[in-house]
Amino acid sequence: MPPLLQIHEPGATPEPDSGGAPLAIGIDLGTTNSVVAVGRGGSAEVLRDEDGMGLVPSVVAYAADGSAIVGELARQLLLDRPEVVVSSIKRLMGRGSADLKTLAGTLPYELAAPADTDTAGGMVRVVVGGHTLSPVEISADILRALRDRAETVLGRRIERAVVTVPAYFDDAARTATRDAARLAGLDVLRLVNEPTAAALAYGLDDGAEGIYAVYDLGGGTFDVSLLNMQKGVFQVLATGGDASLGGDDFDHAVAEHFLAGRKAKYGEEVLDSTAVKMALMTGRIAKECLSSQKWGEWSLEVDGRHSLHRLERPELEALLTPLVERTIDICAGVLDDAGIDPADVRGVVLVGGSTRVPLVRKRVAELFGREPLSDINPDEVVAVGAALQAEALTRGSDTLLLDVTPLSLGIETMGGIVEKIIPRNTPIPVAKAQEFTTYQDGQRAMSIQVVQGERELVADCRSLAQFELRGIPPMTAGAARIQVMFAVDADGLLTVSAREQTTGTEQTVAVKPSYGLAEDDMARMLYEALEHGARDMQLRVLAEARVEAGRVVGALASALVADGDLLTDDERRAIEGQMAAVRGAIAGEDRDAITAAAETLEALSRPFAERRMDRGIRAALGGRDVREFEGAAEGDREIGP
Amino acid sequence: MDGSERRERMGHGFEPAPIATAHGEAALAACWSCFGPVRPAILFCQTCTAVQPPGQADHFSRLGLDLGYDVDAADLDRVYFQHQRQLHPDRFATRTPRERALSQSQATALNEAYETLKDPLRRADYLLHLSRDAATPEGCNLVNDMELLTEAMELREALAEAGSPAEVRVLAARAADDIRRCTSGLSDAFAAGDLDVASRLTTRLKYLRKLADDCRTRRLQLSV
Repeated sequence: MPPLLQIHEPGATPEPDSGGAPLAIGIDLGTTNSVVAVGRGGSAEVLRDEDGMGLVPSVVAYAADGSAIVGELARQLLLDRPEVVVSSIKRLMGRGSADLKTLAGTLPYELAAPADTDTAGGMVRVVVGGHTLSPVEISADILRALRDRAETVLGRRIERAVVTVPAYFDDAARTATRDAARLAGLDVLRLVNEPTAAALAYGLDDGAEGIYAVYDLGGGTFDVSLLNMQKGVFQVLATGGDASLGGDDFDHAVAEHFLAGRKAKYGEEVLDSTAVKMALMTGRIAKECLSSQKWGEWSLEVDGRHSLHRLERPELEALLTPLVERTIDICAGVLDDAGIDPADVRGVVLVGGSTRVPLVRKRVAELFGREPLSDINPDEVVAVGAALQAEALTRGSDTLLLDVTPLSLGIETMGGIVEKIIPRNTPIPVAKAQEFTTYQDGQRAMSIQVVQGERELVADCRSLAQFELRGIPPMTAGAARIQVMFAVDADGLLTVSAREQTTGTEQTVAVKPSYGLAEDDMARMLYEALEHGARDMQLRVLAEARVEAGRVVGALASALVADGDLLTDDERRAIEGQMAAVRGAIAGEDRDAITAAAETLEALSRPFAERRMDRGIRAALGGRDVREFEGAAEGDREIGP
Repeated sequence: MDGSERRERMGHGFEPAPIATAHGEAALAACWSCFGPVRPAILFCQTCTAVQPPGQADHFSRLGLDLGYDVDAADLDRVYFQHQRQLHPDRFATRTPRERALSQSQATALNEAYETLKDPLRRADYLLHLSRDAATPEGCNLVNDMELLTEAMELREALAEAGSPAEVRVLAARAADDIRRCTSGLSDAFAAGDLDVASRLTTRLKYLRKLADDCRTRRLQLSV
């Protein structure tokens, strides 16, 4: 009797150097604060520092040598050495120079002049402590600090994470977030929308069923999502938001109010970015204080001149009302989009530190006609959801997140009009094909502009990328039929592929992202990243080779169980010997050896595969007519395994 | 031709056959992972459990639903969730790139089927597309119906003249009523296999939808 075979689920082969079961963390990369959490057996735990602090301020200070300090220490430096500190970097993720017109002067950044060589796709850069850095690099420093915290607390290497993004983030901002994680040595298992992550944390905790709304007002972004929660399924019905509206804007409104008061006293003052940072911080303190107090007094100092500012809650609320009303209008629009009446909503979940503002709670309660829920810490609930999802992705789970595209995706047509290809609130993943043709005889190339947004005109939407289709066979005008496939994956990221239909030639699609990093830049940054960056890359390709080789062995093991009688004893011994060799290679560290062993195994078992196919066909036909078999196969759509 | 015959016809021959018939060997495909035989349209290899490509199938059979206009929303959700639980890319996050790509194709096909069948208008369009010449693109069922055109123009004028949100609401309520009548008419027409009536009602539903959308836009304009 042959020895019993040990069969792993394909892909589930244990990874020797990871010290046991695979572990992935959940990260909420916030505008103001970030949080890292880990899932353990269906519940999640926020990873804290020695003082019990779960929040890591999303603030980075840069030393002269370029090394980064992240978190509370950096935040304290914000007052003393503002020129070396950068905060709220999330607001610049995926932003291009063209966006700066609307941002300039309102944010505490010193921005670098647009790059001379525009290879970086026009992404903005920030000057801090004498260094010129992209938002991706700065975010990577925050993510690295979170990863370090997780590794310290958990006492093991962490390479994989679920990272959350605002639901309303566009493709450029999502890509920038994923690139930042790659730079920080983290493999992003999934980008999850923040409100969806919060719903997951809530739904699992409360066993909620029915339609729920998640109102998520963070430091720099606002999202609202409507979800249908059913027995572990979290189906997003509609989502809306504003990727540049948040608590920062509240601080800004208060700071402007204070500065207007100073102006009345001292006349026009020139404010440098340091003074702006101080005023914003004072605005934030005043706002936070007035969530619990009725009034307060704050002082500002610019160029040695002091001013004192008294603010009462009704005054604060008057300052915040236009901003809060904007979120309420967006909520009403999302309800309308989903065709849902506020009365049908079973519960409203509040997420994000800015939902502590009493005016926000009051207006949300009025819109939905019920008191909102906030029993899970609104600062930590997103990271908890991310950690639960990270565990679900690595160890399996019954929960399922079904999300949608937040913004319509379209292309430019004649006259600068947008033709929508994938409307907003379409479930993802999604793919849509669009056919194009040439308008000149012998035309060999065409250019397609992809935009995201709800407006009719290209100029009012956000340009995502310019695609060049090349290598079209020369034909008369209108004869070529080029099918362009737009696919949005489960992370909400777009990919484009193209094919000429009449000749079947694949087109080359050259992508020039409008705001992201070019792949070359990414490679360079990865290379320049900390010296263990190279080691991270090696470990990743090693892990991938192991998963692939594990799949080959697992598949063949299943085949031997089903059809092993098709082999002679010698053949079987040869195959089993090579399977053992592959397992041995997987246990080792040599990626090339793993791949080579798996390839040898596949080659060795090819005759076996042919015999299995022959047997399958004989069994299928079995003297019967082909049509008869077809009918049987059609009526037999089962779901396995 | 009675309804059952029509449905029978709709159930066959409107889609490319999932397997080539010229050669018996093509009746089975080889699993990409274990190279063994797999039946067409199956989701997972019966030998090694690897996820298979989505393959050709109409939206109804992809979700395991009976072909027809009447689709219960709760049923549709249930079978859609059941399939996504097995095929969604989240289930394959730690698998090989090939398995992740296949799961993405499967989930994409499921979403396409779900979105089409969930919406009464898209569902009607799709059924017409299936039951008519397969070469007719979806949505290309133009009907030369003067009565419909006149009605559409009258309602459009009424909407343009509406001066208050209340007036728009009356028109919107009428459109909503008409939409309900239209979908119930579609259900009868498809059940009776009367494709001409179904086609006319589909066109009517299309313009009623547009009207309802325009009412919404107009109401927002007027309430600002």
